[in-house]
Amino acid sequence: MVTAQRNFDPAQVWTILEEVKDPEIPVLSIVDLGIAREVKDTPGGQLEVVISPTYSGCPAMNMLEEQIRETLIHHGYPDPVITTRLSPAWTTDWMSEAGKQKLEAYGIAPPEKSTTNKSVLFGGQKKVSCPQCKSDHTEQISEFGSTACKALYRCLDCREPFDYFKCI
Amino acid sequence: MTELTQQQAISRYAAQIGDNGLIIGHRMSEWCFKAPTIEMEMALMNCALDLIGQARELYTYAGVAGGEGKKEDDFAYLRDEQDFRNNLLAEVPNGDWGDTIVRLFFMSAFNNLFYKALSQSKDTQLAAIGEKSLKEVIYHLRFSSEWLIRLGDGTEESHARAQKSIDSLWMYVGELFTMSDVEKQLLADGISVDVEALREEWEHTVNRVLRQATLHRPQDDWAMLGGKAEGRHTEHFGYIITDMQYMQRRYPGCEW
Repeated sequence: MVTAQRNFDPAQVWTILEEVKDPEIPVLSIVDLGIAREVKDTPGGQLEVVISPTYSGCPAMNMLEEQIRETLIHHGYPDPVITTRLSPAWTTDWMSEAGKQKLEAYGIAPPEKSTTNKSVLFGGQKKVSCPQCKSDHTEQISEFGSTACKALYRCLDCREPFDYFKCI
Repeated sequence: MTELTQQQAISRYAAQIGDNGLIIGHRMSEWCFKAPTIEMEMALMNCALDLIGQARELYTYAGVAGGEGKKEDDFAYLRDEQDFRNNLLAEVPNGDWGDTIVRLFFMSAFNNLFYKALSQSKDTQLAAIGEKSLKEVIYHLRFSSEWLIRLGDGTEESHARAQKSIDSLWMYVGELFTMSDVEKQLLADGISVDVEALREEWEHTVNRVLRQATLHRPQDDWAMLGGKAEGRHTEHFGYIITDMQYMQRRYPGCEW
């Protein structure tokens, strides 16, 4: 078996991709978020980066695609190909542990680990900890928050409202 | 009607599903700056964004499958009224908060079952869009059903108005479960969803929420048809595309 000759160093490309941040949550990179899925060669020898959108209507996706392209060009990959993959659908389980910690330090409650409750209606409310005071005594204000990926909560102890990164 | 090639049929099918998302998504975006509270405004805009995002994926794929080099914008901005094949429920005016919630609830209860079935399509791209969209419409269903319960089981005024919304929108429900020609054509190949088969489970979900909301399910009477099958729309539709398509019609090919 012959190992395919690559035109790039995968570890270096992943490090470069760390530079591309989510415009709405600038502490997180597309690697932290699990948006960047794969780096590979195209049959034509170009560098290809496969990305999965968080939400169908996420307005940041076009911008991220441009930023990935510019960043790679800046680091000497002249003609990268960015491909969008819908299936398997993006899940918050792909977010890195480091990403979740950065999210909490930034003031956004990170998503729960893997969603086990599949019931659609009247799903049991998850316990969400306040990113400020760590209290579990919190309540949901709205299923939807400032961006498609977040819900709005409030802490009943320190009284601060906060965003919760929805678990999907 | 001359038989379409399978690729042509898939293109029409993808556009038809996309039309539902774009039109109801546009309707909900009309609530911008008008919703009762800022949280509810954000919720509706989030739902609208999901639905329009799904439409974009579907239109893009309709362009690829059709093989004529059409882009998503060609479908949204450069087709005429009779080319849009959304369910009429998607285009009815927003009315009051109750009307908007009931319309979203009926549609989300349908979308939840529809996208679950579409994720099993033999067409891999439609299946991928179904899988992605399902995660989003589940949130819409939860949001709208919780609101419907709050309205129905709320004050005398909110109960009466929610019941009125249900009664007046019920005539648009039947169309959701009818099969268009392209759906029939693609069903044998396992590509399209058999929407007739979804009705029973839809009723189950709706009845459960209505019971909890202390609201009554109306008697089935007659159903308004024609949007999805023939592109015959309500009198409200022309205003939607006039608003939506103005920029592209006035400045063809404009980008921003």
